[in-house]
Amino acid sequence: MTLVEPARRGARSIFLRRPFFTLALLVAVGYVLAAIFAPLVAPYDPVAQDFNAMMQAPSGAHLMGTDSYGQDILSRVIFGARYALIIGFFAVAIGAIGGLIVGLAAGLSGGWVEWALMRLIDSILALPSLILAVAFIAILGQGVDKVVIAVGLSMIGPFARTVRADVLQVRVQLFVEAAGLMAIPRAVIIWRHILPNVIYPLAVQVTIRISEAILVSSSLSFLGIGVTPPTPDWGLMIAEGRAFVSFAAWMSAMPGFALALLLIALSIVGDGIREEFDPKLKGKA
Amino acid sequence: MTALLNIQSLTVDRGPARILDRVTLEVGQGETVALVGESGAGKSTIATAIMRLLGEAQTSGQITLDGAGDLLALRERDMVGLRGRRLSMIFQDAGAALNPSYTVGRQLISAVRRNLGLDKTAARARAIELMTQVGINDPEARLTAYPHQLSGGMQQRVMVAIALAADPDLLLADEPTSALDVTIQAQIVRLILAQTKARGAACIFVLHDLALASQACDRIVVLYAGQVVESGPARDVLENARHPYTRQLKSCVLEIGTRDLIAPEGTVPSHRDMPRGCRFATRCPRVQDRCWAEAPPLEGGAHSFACWNPE
Amino acid sequence: MQNAERPVFELVDVEKVFQVRKPGQRFGRQTVGLHALDGVRLSVGQGASLALVGESGSGKSTLLRVLLGLDAPTNGQALYRGRAIREARAGGSDFARDVAMVYQDARGSLNPRMTIGALLAEPLRRFAVVPEAQIGARVEQLLTRVGLPADAAARYPAALSGGQVRRVAIARALASEPSVLVADEAVSGLDVSTQAQLLSLLRRLQQEMGLTLVFITHDLGVASYLCENIAIMYLGRIVETGPTDAVLAAPAHPYTAALRAAAPSFFQPIAEPLPGEIPSPLDLPAGCRFSGRCPRVQGDCHASDPYLARAGEGRSVACLHPLASPQASALAGTFQD
Repeated sequence: MTLVEPARRGARSIFLRRPFFTLALLVAVGYVLAAIFAPLVAPYDPVAQDFNAMMQAPSGAHLMGTDSYGQDILSRVIFGARYALIIGFFAVAIGAIGGLIVGLAAGLSGGWVEWALMRLIDSILALPSLILAVAFIAILGQGVDKVVIAVGLSMIGPFARTVRADVLQVRVQLFVEAAGLMAIPRAVIIWRHILPNVIYPLAVQVTIRISEAILVSSSLSFLGIGVTPPTPDWGLMIAEGRAFVSFAAWMSAMPGFALALLLIALSIVGDGIREEFDPKLKGKA
Repeated sequence: MTALLNIQSLTVDRGPARILDRVTLEVGQGETVALVGESGAGKSTIATAIMRLLGEAQTSGQITLDGAGDLLALRERDMVGLRGRRLSMIFQDAGAALNPSYTVGRQLISAVRRNLGLDKTAARARAIELMTQVGINDPEARLTAYPHQLSGGMQQRVMVAIALAADPDLLLADEPTSALDVTIQAQIVRLILAQTKARGAACIFVLHDLALASQACDRIVVLYAGQVVESGPARDVLENARHPYTRQLKSCVLEIGTRDLIAPEGTVPSHRDMPRGCRFATRCPRVQDRCWAEAPPLEGGAHSFACWNPE
Repeated sequence: MQNAERPVFELVDVEKVFQVRKPGQRFGRQTVGLHALDGVRLSVGQGASLALVGESGSGKSTLLRVLLGLDAPTNGQALYRGRAIREARAGGSDFARDVAMVYQDARGSLNPRMTIGALLAEPLRRFAVVPEAQIGARVEQLLTRVGLPADAAARYPAALSGGQVRRVAIARALASEPSVLVADEAVSGLDVSTQAQLLSLLRRLQQEMGLTLVFITHDLGVASYLCENIAIMYLGRIVETGPTDAVLAAPAHPYTAALRAAAPSFFQPIAEPLPGEIPSPLDLPAGCRFSGRCPRVQGDCHASDPYLARAGEGRSVACLHPLASPQASALAGTFQD
């Protein structure tokens, strides 16, 4: 008896089948590289003030112009990518790990423990993550590390809810019952049979939610309660340029454009990954 | 008398896979024909191709319906006019084929109005008449029921009523009873046979159960991997099978009291390793050199078969 | 194993009642008892093979859960070698090792994120069937035994066909070297040639390993091929039981006769089907629960509920007016036509 070959999705790779995904991935990778090699890529020191070159329009010397302190905007945008990605990545990591723990506990416990956890998550979800992050900042104080924690904590709710929904779905699957029939201990069932089937959809969620974390952190800085100046943070830069927007629009527009492009790229990448790897969507194809 | 439906050399490709390969078959007026074969044989594809509901697949050949010409050449608008009026179809899963948000009455009455052009009161009366014909007790009350409130057998009865609303010439029944309990199966098969007979309609049953095919149908068409391997009157095909595959298929049928079962080896080849000649060559006990090189044509009169080395 | 002389499974007047919301009530909290099993008596001896046959709503799935110790009976006793099944399951891994299960949805019963090798190794490790070093070899052996190539071990279930996945499920059930195999529609929904392959595999395994087999099926052909004994269920109760050949050759219960007649048979005219549908277990007819559909119903059938009583050699039937034995075949014959 021969085995059926695994269902291959044609010989063409994902990059050829999804041109937008490929483009978005290239953009996102570009941001990551720029963030890692920021000191090498950036033409100027992002916090070097030059009062001889204040508020210059984009030109050969300053491709994106300069701000009101004479700092080079291109360099600040490049260094800003570093902060945006670090905050996005670590905040989502906190949110995903916290959400996984809370969601697993809620989905597996049942009874009043589940009830209490879910009401807690519901009350967290009742507030938009931005408002929640503001509240955490109020408690924790300002700074990059505080923003990471605040944004991360505010994302535990949504992650916990999706994890619980997946747990509820997986734990009634036949293979879980079959493992129980083989007298496999419960902890092993959770670890070997339930967790892997929850982690994969969670990983897909992570790629989608990184952009949300970046947006929330930028909003915090825009409101002036996130990262402190002179850190080259996009939200902060947009806020600083706001006063000059009528005659020096590039000051807000450049970081705004950088932010928008990254968010769009990340969500296309996230969607692509989800459509490609989510077994639930795959089944419908 | 001309045939009601005549399929000539119907070939369907989906991407690189040839799902149907030069299928030829004929259905006379009022005849019941069974398409039998295993999964992947293409039996449902034939039914879907007749309804022209195949979607993206590439189709060649002719499907000629008496009085309507080649269905594959028709404009979509004309095809819409045929579906439900001259051709209709019922499926294995009646629960999924009915819209869960509307009452069965609304779905049945709208089918009657669309296909017969009746006004509301006349359509309702006709709907009740149809419900009675398909053996639904207390039809007036059942009209207000939602599909999920009915059992699987009742849902299939409603589907039969909708399909027969406009007295079609040809009913396509795709595994209409495989999701039902055995005692309900017999009810539904008898119902379909009685109602098509009463209307003089022809019926194509897509079945996997050879014994049921022998009970319900005049003629049997055996398919393997997208090709017709044998076709003819039910008794000839089953009791005097010429194609080795038909024999093998019949030997797998388990009747009460079967003691010895000769299980065939292997599986249907995938579309990538489909043999160039006869598609059954990989599993055939009577395979010869010629079978690998050349595909045998479907030959013979009323009882035809495609085999270089028939039994 | 202990108590070898006791039957493997023994059910004494087992009832299983589920509390469900009262029908017709949308918001109320009132519940009524739904008798999924209603007085089931059954005994399965060592090495026996029993087919449980019934249509949807007959309670065969509930009975299966009781046999596996997943559900406790509401009333009555469910025993495994003389011990309450629930106790046996809770009291260590012996029961789990000795009683293996094959699900109808074989694919759903295999974790999609584990390779076939890992899936088969799991029970081998859990019950320490072989030393760790020999697990790979044993996995290969199991795959060979169910007719799969050894390189299947590296595959995931998604890469296998429906028939192959069922073989894997059977291999996993056999991994713990059980003496009892419980299978739920293990060959239904497959192509006839695949079904034939699996059935001959199961029969070979049963003979080679001396398995006790409890096989749930709706197909009388499968039951007669694989099992010596048969129990026909209708609405939570066993209505007829006995040696498969005898029961199917001359059914004593009209429902068995109807099932027998409804099974497709070459060139026979399609038998007159039973009228109506299986009633809801919440709304049972008075007297015999089959009286509403029975072609041989008589006055007293609406008054008293027949219990499973002996009717000839090894046979029992729950019917006030069974098709009598000597004439039974003749009667069954007329019933078919």
